[in-house]
Amino acid sequence: MLTDFFFKLREGGVPASVKEYLMLMEALAKHVTGGGLDDFYYLSRACLVKDESNYDKFDRVFGAYFKGIAASPDSLLAGIPEEWLRKQAELMLSEEEKKLIESLGGWEKLMETLRKRLEEQKGRHEGGSKWIGTGGTSPFGANGYNPEGVRIGQDGSRNRRAVKVWDKREYRNLDDSVELGTRNIKVALKRLRKFAREGAADELDLDDTIRSTAKNAGYLDIKMVPERHNAVKVLLFFDIGGSMDDYIRVCEEMFSAARTEFKHLEYFYFHNFLYESVWRDNRRRNSERFPTFDVLHKYPHDYKLIFVGDATMSPYEIGYPGGSVEHHNEEAGATWIKRMLDVYHRAIWLNPSPEGRWGYYESIGMVRNLMGDRMYPLTLEGLERGMKELVR
Amino acid sequence: MKFKGTEKYVATDDLMMAVNAAVTLERPLLIKGEPGTGKTMLAIEVARALQRPLFQWHVKSTSKAQQGLYEYDAVSRLRDSQLGDGRVHDISNYILRGPLWDAFESENPAVLLIDEVDKADIEFPNDLLRELDRMEFYVYETRKLVKARHRPAIIITSNNEKELPDAFLRRCFFHYIKFPDKETMERIVDVHFPDLKRSLLREALEVFFDIREVPGLKKKPSTSELLDWLKLLMAEDISPETLHGQDQSKIIPPLAGALLKNEQDVHLFERLAFMSRRTGNRG
Repeated sequence: MLTDFFFKLREGGVPASVKEYLMLMEALAKHVTGGGLDDFYYLSRACLVKDESNYDKFDRVFGAYFKGIAASPDSLLAGIPEEWLRKQAELMLSEEEKKLIESLGGWEKLMETLRKRLEEQKGRHEGGSKWIGTGGTSPFGANGYNPEGVRIGQDGSRNRRAVKVWDKREYRNLDDSVELGTRNIKVALKRLRKFAREGAADELDLDDTIRSTAKNAGYLDIKMVPERHNAVKVLLFFDIGGSMDDYIRVCEEMFSAARTEFKHLEYFYFHNFLYESVWRDNRRRNSERFPTFDVLHKYPHDYKLIFVGDATMSPYEIGYPGGSVEHHNEEAGATWIKRMLDVYHRAIWLNPSPEGRWGYYESIGMVRNLMGDRMYPLTLEGLERGMKELVR
Repeated sequence: MKFKGTEKYVATDDLMMAVNAAVTLERPLLIKGEPGTGKTMLAIEVARALQRPLFQWHVKSTSKAQQGLYEYDAVSRLRDSQLGDGRVHDISNYILRGPLWDAFESENPAVLLIDEVDKADIEFPNDLLRELDRMEFYVYETRKLVKARHRPAIIITSNNEKELPDAFLRRCFFHYIKFPDKETMERIVDVHFPDLKRSLLREALEVFFDIREVPGLKKKPSTSELLDWLKLLMAEDISPETLHGQDQSKIIPPLAGALLKNEQDVHLFERLAFMSRRTGNRG
């Protein structure tokens, strides 16, 4: 039965491997757990999930898979209802009421609708005209035609049972980065390297050693230098939402690759175009914003600047104060871009939309002009051209 | 013997499970989590609880996997040869054992801490795969195979600065120490300061979690910083009332230097406190 669970996990996007599954089996065989479901949850998580960003996916699959088993008395009940309900209904309903059921599309249909409602309800946690039990507009619930039967789904003892750890979904916030075929992108980003020797001297400097040994009358005089490190610093601005939704995948890959490749990487989000503030956590974009001025002042001019966005918008959003679709911007987006470019001389714009389409959008032309033609498609080849520009 | 936390270390159920599974199966345990949530402490406390010797290997950005096994000190040998030292003829004089070797050859089963594995080069974990899997390695200079007498319990910590290779991850148990909730935090404070006044603790925790909620902090205060701060509060004999009333009378909680480690954070905090006070007065 656990094989099933394992495959469900893989379907759910948790990259568990056979080796890890066998490790779990071994742990079970050695009686690491006491046998409770909570213990099993902790154990299987420690075996099968190797990154906290996958904890949430794991929780979801675990929750779905072990839902019935979690509370076996409930699950016994949960196994019965449909048959039992049907019988109850048949016993209890009058001819008239049965006709009513027919008019709703028959029992099967009714149960199906009911189940759907229940699913919706779990998701939304607040009522509405569709909520089971409000009577009135809903065919289900206390004021409906079958008070006893249909209510079972409603109590579902969901509220009484203590919430299980995996149902709390505490790790949702961590499930943000996806690494998919980012290796190529990393290789491209490697071009953006600026090696500097800093830190502890632990590498033999052969030339200097020979020179100073000669000076030292042939007695060995070892000279060491620090190892070389990538010291490049990058500021990354992502356009997010709206027309960028089509490119989420490639942007995630880009982000993931950049994050592992650069030690000094700062990233911010904006929507459509850069204005007076940006944000770092998209879910809190309305509450936590960083003034763009602060960014300009905080990061010195030797940072390399990369924008990622499709630059597809109304020209007003770039050229005019107050042109933003979301808020009133006192200064035009173009002004802000110019300010950025004044500080950061090495800058590029990466555009995930196909290069062939760029000519059709006025806004893309405007952004290209602003960037001094330093716009490159977000493809491997485009990335390489962009990186060349950044290290020029 | 099972690990259940110690009198100085509060372990949550899931953490205990991960440790016990790793110890029983003799596989490495990878620990991640915010800085200051007690990742390094864990290894020390596990060793204490299980009464095993502890070997520590603190990884740095310049660390090489080989250094954990052994190092061949060619430079000393070269120097000795120039000075005509007799030791020079035996190469084993210049083989320096690393922490992994020590842990492998330990009399009793040991605990080995590999701290901050993510600080090293991206290939570093890959270079340790065979050693962690088979718990043996070959010393080329002396043509000797070093094999673990007892497989040590290996605890590896990471701060998530770099992603670790899959092959490495597959060989480990994994646990993410999430930031403790208020309840756990009270237990943690309890084991460190058993005689702390209840009221002070409650106020202090409130202030602490409030500060953590402030958006945009460069470095959120962590458990270890909370403990430092409490130590200071107790030393200065700050009353719970002072903490409670700090919103109105003072902008920043007393001795906040222990919690906010960064000038920008202090400024940010002052600004926010100032603004909230202004809106508070107006409303």
